[in-house]
Amino acid sequence: MNIHEYQAKEILNSFGIPIPRGRVALTADQVERAAKEMGGRCVVKAQIYAGGRGKAGGVKLVHHPEQAQEYAKELFGKTLVTPQTGPEGLRVRRILVEEAVEIAREFYLSITLDRSASRYVLIASAEGGMEIEEVASKTPEKIHTLTIDPFLGLRSYQARQIALQLGLSGSVCEDCVNLIQNLYRVCLEKDCALVEINPLVVTRAGWLMAMDAKITFDDNAIFRHREYPDMMDYSQLDPLEINAGKYDLAYIKLSGSIGCLVNGAGLAMATLDVLKEYGGEPANFLDVGGGATREKVAEAFKIILQDADVKGIFVNIFGGIMRCDVIAHGIIEAASEVNCTLPIVVRMDGSQVEEGKRLLTESGLNVQCSDNLGDAASKIVGMLG
Amino acid sequence: MSILINNSSRIVVQGITGRSGLFHTQQCREYGSNIVAGVTPGKGGIHIEGIPVFNTVAEAVKYTNANVSMIFVPPPGAADAILESAAAGLELAVCITEGIPVRDMVPVKAVLKQSKMRLVGPNCPGVITPGECKIGIMPGHIHKPGKIGVVSRSGTLTYEAVKQLTDMGLGQSTCVGIGGDPIIGMNFIDVLKLFNEDPGTEGVFMIGEIGGAAEEDAAHWIQEHMKKPVAAFIAGVTAPPGKRMGHAGAIITGGKGKAEDKIRTLTECGVTVASSPTKMGEAMQMALAAKVNGKKK
Repeated sequence: MNIHEYQAKEILNSFGIPIPRGRVALTADQVERAAKEMGGRCVVKAQIYAGGRGKAGGVKLVHHPEQAQEYAKELFGKTLVTPQTGPEGLRVRRILVEEAVEIAREFYLSITLDRSASRYVLIASAEGGMEIEEVASKTPEKIHTLTIDPFLGLRSYQARQIALQLGLSGSVCEDCVNLIQNLYRVCLEKDCALVEINPLVVTRAGWLMAMDAKITFDDNAIFRHREYPDMMDYSQLDPLEINAGKYDLAYIKLSGSIGCLVNGAGLAMATLDVLKEYGGEPANFLDVGGGATREKVAEAFKIILQDADVKGIFVNIFGGIMRCDVIAHGIIEAASEVNCTLPIVVRMDGSQVEEGKRLLTESGLNVQCSDNLGDAASKIVGMLG
Repeated sequence: MSILINNSSRIVVQGITGRSGLFHTQQCREYGSNIVAGVTPGKGGIHIEGIPVFNTVAEAVKYTNANVSMIFVPPPGAADAILESAAAGLELAVCITEGIPVRDMVPVKAVLKQSKMRLVGPNCPGVITPGECKIGIMPGHIHKPGKIGVVSRSGTLTYEAVKQLTDMGLGQSTCVGIGGDPIIGMNFIDVLKLFNEDPGTEGVFMIGEIGGAAEEDAAHWIQEHMKKPVAAFIAGVTAPPGKRMGHAGAIITGGKGKAEDKIRTLTECGVTVASSPTKMGEAMQMALAAKVNGKKK
């Protein structure tokens, strides 16, 4: 789960990490007022669930409140396309107005999971403000990492070594030791998949400050944090994805015309792959869960049909323990409820498969059944011509 | 022959009184698995379906000599359940639970490094030795005893692969679903090592997906050490970057974890990679044939 920059900064600040003075605004007038509060000269930052905003024109240093207001008018409702948003981009609905800070030096600092070590890893670099992947590929020697022992935690001496490697000394170095340890506390206590400060700066006045921040929560840990669902900005998500989430379905909107309904994530990915192989374009990824139930299949069916781009539906269920006749009932129910006339190809396997196929064929829906993945894919692609 | 489990495995089910715990306990028993005990804290002393329920795994081991655990405990208590089974001296835990937070699994993984217990999962379909023992949620009837080892990060895609193998007459020695989470117990290499040493396994089919570098690591290990032919399929060739494809671990981040890179590395390391999910059985057959013709070491 993603949150906005300003929310990430509030969390960092509550753990003692300094951030610039700032205010979130929902209208251009609020932006103007906030700019006045900051003394006129300030930074106006579009809040979207993606990085790379600067180059896309989503961040600007302004010199007086009127200029802030003008720029805000331009930004609100605008769709920003950055390398991280995909071609459809994300709409700006919130703006962060921050005091302008005189920067002396910039760094990169983050904590995430190192999957190969199964431990959290601290990543630091003296090349702040840049994409860390770019630094890692061009100048790997500028990246310092520290794998964190879960039982020892992140010790002061380890944090100090990192701070020294970044070239800090004296009291700023000790401030950085504290900051690094606090960052690890954020990571654990807030169940972060990623907590990143980029750039972390030393101001002209000699203070450390998180100028930009990104936090991604571990989706599996949301149950321990009651406040997280309220922090979500639904305007940044696809409405169909939100709806799917309510029914615990993993749905991702894609750009094609064939709606896909599959049980199991791996099989769902393989289904997209096989459709493309046969010349079809999937409209979505949808995993109803390994043990598909009648209710979930029915809900999934409705969600797929809400996407106006969908011209045909491909159902691929490896029933396993769930009986195919039960799944067939779910499909028939949902399709008749929403008067679906689109062509449907159902590929089912598992127990009671013949009964399931009979139910579908006799249902009066525009449906074809198939036993085999390749055959089913070629059928749906063929039906859409 | 087989790996990890066979007809002498004595199984304790953690979370046996939950809905899916009980359902799959019954399914496994119907398949022939020897379920000797259940554990649900606070419900010790009762019997469910004739199976004695204990408060702790240690008690279950003491009274029933259980040596393998099947875990259905919900996410908030699942990491603890794994640690408890390790502390009770079990040989193997198979954790089916989906949705365990990463922060809980980091210390579990560190403890397991010092433990003799092996962990399969979490978020996996389980392990099956066809005709002998099933510990998990996979449909038993698609499997057939034989000589192909299967190791997979996926659930239902594994069923698809197994069905293709069975339809071609290629039975399985053991099928292991290692799970789709960022932190798992046994990884591809751990399972490949066992298949490599198992006289009952003649070839291995491996199913990977986007995200992480486990498939690449496995590829290099195969090139160096594997004595038996390996075929593979990688799901997600068409997956868009930055989107989590159902599994917590299946996400392309920072240009890493792409299917095409995994496929290239596997091919370079001598693995026969299926070009399509419809050709998994064929790929296995090709890998076996190549070995007979002496193309593979």
